Amino acid sequence: MNAAKLPVNHFDPAQAAVNEICPAGEPWVHLIKQGQTFRIVDLEGNQAVDTLFYNAHDTQERYSATDTITRQNHLYLTTGSKLYSNLGNVMLFITADTCGRHDTLGGACAAESNTVRYALEKFPMHSCRDNFLHALAHHPLCQQLDMSKRDLPGNINFFMNVPVTEAGRLEFTDGVSAPGKYVEMRAEMDVVVLISNCPQLNNPCNAYNPTPIRLLIWD
Amino acid sequence: MNQHTIIWKQTIPGGCHWSGIIRRGTTLRLTDAGGGANAAVLLFNQEEKLERYNMADTLKSQHTFRLTKGHACHSDMGRIFCCITADTAGWHDTVCGLSDDALIRRKYGEARYQEHRNQMHRSGLSGMLIELGKWGLDMRDVVANINFFSKVTSDAFGELTYHPDHSKAGDYIDLSFVMNTLVVLSAAPHPLDTKKTYQPGAISLEVFNTPPDAIKECLHIDENSRALQNAQNFYGEGTL
Repeated sequence: MNAAKLPVNHFDPAQAAVNEICPAGEPWVHLIKQGQTFRIVDLEGNQAVDTLFYNAHDTQERYSATDTITRQNHLYLTTGSKLYSNLGNVMLFITADTCGRHDTLGGACAAESNTVRYALEKFPMHSCRDNFLHALAHHPLCQQLDMSKRDLPGNINFFMNVPVTEAGRLEFTDGVSAPGKYVEMRAEMDVVVLISNCPQLNNPCNAYNPTPIRLLIWD
Repeated sequence: MNQHTIIWKQTIPGGCHWSGIIRRGTTLRLTDAGGGANAAVLLFNQEEKLERYNMADTLKSQHTFRLTKGHACHSDMGRIFCCITADTAGWHDTVCGLSDDALIRRKYGEARYQEHRNQMHRSGLSGMLIELGKWGLDMRDVVANINFFSKVTSDAFGELTYHPDHSKAGDYIDLSFVMNTLVVLSAAPHPLDTKKTYQPGAISLEVFNTPPDAIKECLHIDENSRALQNAQNFYGEGTL
C-alpha cells in the first residue's frame, strides 16, 4: 500500500482511556463501547494476535470469518474492511492499518492441532485455545457471559500473512508486519474483545519468538 | 467403481436439508444430481458434539485453500472425521459459509410456503439450524462449513471469484469416515451463487462400506497420519 494514502493518525496515546501491554503468550479481554476506537500495536514485529469479538449484550452474536470474507468478497483484512458478525451485522470497521494485511483463515493454535501440525509430543505446549479457555474461565467479563469452547469460532490473526494462490495453495510466509505497526478499528456496537497473544513456538512466521503487544482504546 | 453394496441411499431436493450419523468404516458418496448444486456440510463427533469440523485446521494442516481427493476433513480436536477418497469435481469451497434468509430474499425474492408449498425458498443457514436443532445444537455450533461442489478462487490481492456451474451432473465426492460423525447438510444455494433465479440442485446420498486401503492416499500427508492416530486413540484402538 502507498504510504502516502495511509490515513493520518489523529489519536494521541496520552489521551487513551485504556493503554495496556499484553505480555507474550497471554490472553487479554476488554469491553469496547460503540463509537470507541481500538488499536493493537505489534511492538516488536510479526506477532500474531488471535482475536475474537462478541456482541457485549448477546454473545450468540459473534465475529464470523465466513461472513466477513463473503460479504466483502475478499480474503484479507485492512483499512476499510468491515468485521461482520454471524448475524450479518458490522461489529467493527478498520479505520487505520500500517501493516497492510491481516489473516482470518488460519484460526488459532491449540494443543490438539499442534500434535497434528508439528508432532504428537507437542501436546503440552501453551497455545491460543488454552489462552481463550483460560480467559473464559477466569476473566470476570467472560464469567458473566457464561461462555465455553462452544463459543470459540474462527478468529482473526492480526499481523499474520497467509496468502492464498489462484491454484488453491495456502502458504504461511514471513509476516508483513514490523516493530510499531498497528491496526485500528472503530466499534459499531458494544463488543467484548477476546485476544490470545499467540504463544506458538513451532512456527517460523514469528521467528519462534512471541513478543508483547500494546492495546489502546479511545473514547 | 459402481460395484459397492449400498447400505442406504436418499436424495435431498435442492434447497432442502438433512442430518444423520455416518459410521466409521463407511463412505458417504455425495452426488450432484443435476449439475451446479451446492452441499453445505458441517461435521460433529457423535459422542462429543463439542468436537466439530474446523476449517482453519483443515486448511493449515494440508496447506490448501480448496478440498479434493487426498485431503481429509479435520476436527478442532486434532482428529480427522473423514478422508476424501474420490472426487470428480476437483475443487470444494470451505471459506464462504452459508446463505441466510436475508440474502436469499434479496437475490431471489420472497417465496413462502403458503403460495409455493415445498417449492418455497430455503436458505443454507435456516436449513442448518433446523437440522442442528434435532440434535440439541444451535447457532453457537454454526462454524465455517464445507460447500461441496462449489468453487471459489482468490487472486493475489484476496479478491474472490465464484465459478458458476463448476460441478456437472453426476459429479460425486466420496467421504470415507474414520469417526462416527454427525453430518448436517443443506442443499440451499452457495452465498456467492450467481444464478438469477432460485434453482438449487439436488444432492444424492449413498452409504457403502469403505473399500480396503481407500484412505491410504490421504495419509501421504504427515499431518493426516497424525490426526488419524489421534482418531484411533479416541476409540482406544491401535489400528483401524
